[in-house]
Amino acid sequence: MHDSTRVYLYILVMAGVTYLIRMLPLTLIRREIRNTYIRSFLYYVPYVTLSVMTFPAILHATSTVRSGAAALVVAIVLAWQKRSLFQVSLSACTAVFLLELILT
Amino acid sequence: MTCPSDCIILIDSKFTSAADAALHHEGYDMIKDNFAQFRCGLADGIPIGLGYLAVSFTFGIMASGAGLSIPQSVILSLTNLTSAGQFAGLGIIQVGASFLEMAMTQLVINLRYCLMSCSLSQKLDSRMPFFHRLFISYGVTDEIFGVSVCRADILSPFYSYGLIAVAVPGWTFGTLLGAVSGDLLPARLLSALNVALYGMFLAVVIPPAREDHVLTGVILISMAASLVFSLLPVLNGISSGFRIIILTVLIAGAAAFLFPHREEEADHA
Repeated sequence: MHDSTRVYLYILVMAGVTYLIRMLPLTLIRREIRNTYIRSFLYYVPYVTLSVMTFPAILHATSTVRSGAAALVVAIVLAWQKRSLFQVSLSACTAVFLLELILT
Repeated sequence: MTCPSDCIILIDSKFTSAADAALHHEGYDMIKDNFAQFRCGLADGIPIGLGYLAVSFTFGIMASGAGLSIPQSVILSLTNLTSAGQFAGLGIIQVGASFLEMAMTQLVINLRYCLMSCSLSQKLDSRMPFFHRLFISYGVTDEIFGVSVCRADILSPFYSYGLIAVAVPGWTFGTLLGAVSGDLLPARLLSALNVALYGMFLAVVIPPAREDHVLTGVILISMAASLVFSLLPVLNGISSGFRIIILTVLIAGAAAFLFPHREEEADHA
């Protein structure tokens, strides 16, 4: 089963399908969409998608729920203050690191 | 949508709009502009690359556990550039399911990229050479999308290339490290790096929500709904990729219906 060719064929299928999903909308939709409803929908898409991906997943991303929650709070506060992506991201990581150092 | 990155301010103060820049700058200025965009992409890509390093490290460990060789794991990461899809793919390779089943699973799990690409298609300059679209497509991931959509005005392909130039090595190298040895990075550090991506997502969605109560509502409802989906018995059986699609279509659909977004000067292209 783990014959090498078969594994590479699996990889090829995975890469092909994934690339097509990404490529088709970007190449087929060449102009500006004028419809207000579709435009509004696409405007809201990233907010919903990123929010759904972040919560509650962030709580279970670290070794303990508490450090995940700390990262969430730190990130929200700094993002609210309009800090840069890098600052928010790194501060969340640092919060987890320090808290886990204390807790364990 | 405004991006919280420092880099944006730098670019925006130089060129009021990427469209204007593309129109008026020629030759040398054009190259300089592209280079500035690329550098911005590199800078904004750093948190993405770091986050990827941690996730793909885990993937590398699991891939070697599933019986893949080191080159296979690395090529898999380099060609797919997606977390959930790759983890699911490992499971399928392990049980030796059919290629059709593999294709269907990838389609369902990664269908959210289709929504993201639709959204990104609206940020590209219609005069941009076609081949750029083929290259940008390779790099449509949750994180790269998250950072790209919040560019003011038009998205320069060179900005995307900057992001890709940091994200892809992070993803591939992390896989290599994980596949070679699961003990190279201390667990403590991995645990901390795991929140890098989420921190970035929050840095993308929260700042614009400060001035827009509809957005605040959309974000809160999305998070609450996501929590419900992860807790309720039947709903928590839905894969995370599918959960994202269902909630995005429902919530963004409802928001667009109830609160059509007024186009402001940001969309004059």
